[in-house]
Amino acid sequence: MKAKIRKIATFVEEVSTEMGRNVSPPARRAAAVAVIENPYAGQYVEDLSELMLIGEELGELLTQRAVAALGIAGHSAESYGKAAAVGENGELEHAAAILHPKLGTPVRRVLGKGAALIPSSKKRGGLGVVLDIPLGHKDAAFVRSHFDGMEVRISDAPRANEIMVAIAVTDSGRPLPRVGGLTKDQIKGEDGLR
Amino acid sequence: MPEVQIRKTVVIVEEIFHEGGPIASTPQRRAAALAVIHNPYAGKYVERIEGFMHDLQPLGMEMARSLVKALGGDPKAVEGYGKGAIVGSAGELEHGALWHVPGGYAMREVLGNAKAIVASTKKVGGPGARIDIPITHINASYVRSHFDAMEVGISDAPRADEILLALVMTTGPRVHARVGGLKASEIKGEDGLR
Repeated sequence: MKAKIRKIATFVEEVSTEMGRNVSPPARRAAAVAVIENPYAGQYVEDLSELMLIGEELGELLTQRAVAALGIAGHSAESYGKAAAVGENGELEHAAAILHPKLGTPVRRVLGKGAALIPSSKKRGGLGVVLDIPLGHKDAAFVRSHFDGMEVRISDAPRANEIMVAIAVTDSGRPLPRVGGLTKDQIKGEDGLR
Repeated sequence: MPEVQIRKTVVIVEEIFHEGGPIASTPQRRAAALAVIHNPYAGKYVERIEGFMHDLQPLGMEMARSLVKALGGDPKAVEGYGKGAIVGSAGELEHGALWHVPGGYAMREVLGNAKAIVASTKKVGGPGARIDIPITHINASYVRSHFDAMEVGISDAPRADEILLALVMTTGPRVHARVGGLKASEIKGEDGLR
């Protein structure tokens, strides 16, 4: 274990009605969030490879947690997203080092596939900062019913020397999608886009 | 008799490994079950509202069971609990008080007749309002190591005509509890207090 984890939080949302209409089956999404020590807090470090390895480790751990929280097999996941919030003594590039170089491969391994780019967001903030994790279909980024986002926050994180790392996974799109566009049954799944 | 209409449910689990001190051999876990329901009394003053407590009993049981499940499935692992409600802006604080009996007794029943009063809080608030759910030991309110709280909220709830209901359970004391007082090992278990 490379990451020094202070806490892990999981969130599961299940929407069963929207504007009085039944959502059947319910729209379900989960996020797993780890609060870790930032090894580079308070200093400028040129080589961020330690955080890249931490990203790889958390990619697997958090995806497993999110899928378990939904109670589904990895290959049943439909959309995904990732985000990180760096505490005030860190820099945005620390979030980038976790999220972009190595985190995606284990996410896709746990989910079986994942041809699409994993949508992401990052920010720096204080305790209780809100993270909006963007969501998109894991095999075809243009599936319009699955453009979504999930808000998470932890009241006591990130502290100044910490980073919050989040992965969100769903087994469905928005509750009552009706703005057209590519639908999931039209996915070709070749280029990650359509 | 109004029917309980659920819009969405959220389950949050936190696993706390440390808070700057020694890493816990058994991490403390806290879970919150939230349900967003339609407020049948929104927008008007209704004198007789007690009947809704009965209607809420099945939801209370379902939420209490979901918490035990989220914490690993063994009711004996649960040591602390609390409850709360946020009433949307078209309701009144008294509507939140309807949750005391169905929420509290559901947890006590699921946990095998826990003896202590269930700590609680409530307020009127808008979407995204946060609420700090107080937590105390399930069998003796004065156990100091288990005085705790968990902040919860949902970005899009409660709407004006909704109520956000919350139940919380924990598996142990604060992660670095060390301010003395009655210990869990000293509980007499007669009056729910000590």
